[in-house]
Amino acid sequence: MSITVNDLEKTVNSGLTTSIKKSEINFGQLILEVELENLVSTILFLKTNEKCRFKQLIDITAVDFPQKEKRFKIVYLLLSHENNLRAIINVQIEEKAILPSLTKIFPSSNWMEREVFDMYGISFNNHPDLRRILTDYGFEGYPLRKDFPLTGHKEVRYSEDAKKVISEPVKLDQEYRNFDFESPWEGTEYIKQESKKNN
Amino acid sequence: MTKKTKTMNLNFGPQHPAAHGVLRLILELDGEVVEKIDPHIGLLHRGTEKLIEHKTYTQAVPYFDRLDYVAPMNQEHAFALAIEKLLNIEVPARGQYIRVLFCEIGRILSHLLNITTQALDVGALTPSLWGFEERETLMTFYERVSGSRLHANYFRPGGVHKDLPRGLSDDILSFCESFPKILDDLETLLTDNRIFKQRNVNIGIVTKQEAIDHSFSGVMLRGSGISWDLRKSQPYECYKDLSFKIPIGKNGDCYDRYLCRMEEMRESVKIIKECIKKMPTGPVKTIDGKISPPKREDLKNSMEALIHHFKLFSEGFRVPKGEIYTAVEAPKGEFGVFLISDGTNKPYKCKIRAPGFSHLQAMDYLLKGHMLADVPAVLGSLDIVFGEVDR
Repeated sequence: MSITVNDLEKTVNSGLTTSIKKSEINFGQLILEVELENLVSTILFLKTNEKCRFKQLIDITAVDFPQKEKRFKIVYLLLSHENNLRAIINVQIEEKAILPSLTKIFPSSNWMEREVFDMYGISFNNHPDLRRILTDYGFEGYPLRKDFPLTGHKEVRYSEDAKKVISEPVKLDQEYRNFDFESPWEGTEYIKQESKKNN
Repeated sequence: MTKKTKTMNLNFGPQHPAAHGVLRLILELDGEVVEKIDPHIGLLHRGTEKLIEHKTYTQAVPYFDRLDYVAPMNQEHAFALAIEKLLNIEVPARGQYIRVLFCEIGRILSHLLNITTQALDVGALTPSLWGFEERETLMTFYERVSGSRLHANYFRPGGVHKDLPRGLSDDILSFCESFPKILDDLETLLTDNRIFKQRNVNIGIVTKQEAIDHSFSGVMLRGSGISWDLRKSQPYECYKDLSFKIPIGKNGDCYDRYLCRMEEMRESVKIIKECIKKMPTGPVKTIDGKISPPKREDLKNSMEALIHHFKLFSEGFRVPKGEIYTAVEAPKGEFGVFLISDGTNKPYKCKIRAPGFSHLQAMDYLLKGHMLADVPAVLGSLDIVFGEVDR
């Protein structure tokens, strides 16, 4: 009954033809890249097709590439119990783009989408309840974006004067130290540039 | 005159003994019947994923202990496996057996805590007193092998940190002899107990379809009769050489999940015994000096070892570009790590897939129409630990 990952790739490519931008097999997992407008149809195909049967959504996450034009990559992890296979679906989107919500297809995507919204500030269309989930009440900013500092912007403390918990800008006694671990003897960029100048 | 009904809102938690941590539930009640549940999570959010992006691969391992802190080594395992696959290195056989051994100890640790606290939630105090004594013994095994009872930092990329100290395997074996009797004793307290059954049988029923739709994994899936265990279906390490059974439930209620966990502990004991019996001799971590640190005694004699040691603990090793998702069968379900490496010494992105997150999400649908008193019973059987839900 179960099919191999190579057969699966063929099935997906013949079933969806042009809507797949790229497909590859890495570590025994099928990785598909699709455009935003084909996302829902691809996931529906993977879920309902007799051969694919990816019935379980494992997780949704995003990756931030600030230097790219299409800043975020959204990653959907699917699992098929019957075929014992995993599939990863990637979508590249711009910062302002709005994703379709999968809550109608997978009920469990509700909180996963809320988490992506909370951590990256990516919006979802037709989501029943798009609120922040992991961060504090009244939190500002999107913590997993690469331009969000590790120390955050606000810190909370109990104020003896105000007799309540207050939040104020982060004050650090020492700046966060980000070491340059490019080993000098293997040649980092700046040393290469220096030596070029000197020659 | 028509009778007017008004729903009442009740705030449960964030500090409540039956919440198993810091969970806040906003309950909408019609009399004693639950109409709607809105769980507020994130009160233990520590930004683990953000922190990992700023640490080298070796420095990131201890964060995994702090996720599901009742079975720390199982989490480290997923992270170590992800790195090893990207690096394309293999763990020596002895290292694999030690890993499996401690993963199963972690499973017993987690299930013991869950079963006894679930019993506590529905009114039985004694099981927790008996169970915690055994957990204490198991945690001394953790301590003897890694130096700490909880935050072990023992599974490193490439193997485990150190070999078992002398005499530990004998002590674990003697624990395996005495432990099943404790399980029998626990069962006499709970399995046929009238109150325990009244509180758990037919409560929080999950059908097969619903279990799949709600991304359930682990016991939550097996309790509903789906035979799915990553140790069997996608075996990692030396699980394929070990013989063990996967207990599954029939009705998918809280009681079946309790029975599954009980049976899984007995299977874990078998796995531990078999591991110790079959454990080969040899190195416990990869001999590649660019990934695993040299021996302490070599530092005094070998210049190369000293350089490697310095480089590994300052810069760390580099992982080739790539992205991977690896999952292990943690006690609570499928615990996965989605790792993206950009070729430097730090992960570019590390997404942690915690089983408890999807389980807790289903609270609303699981408890709709149940009584208020069933809330802690279902919560207990979901096996929630906030370290991993909130990350």
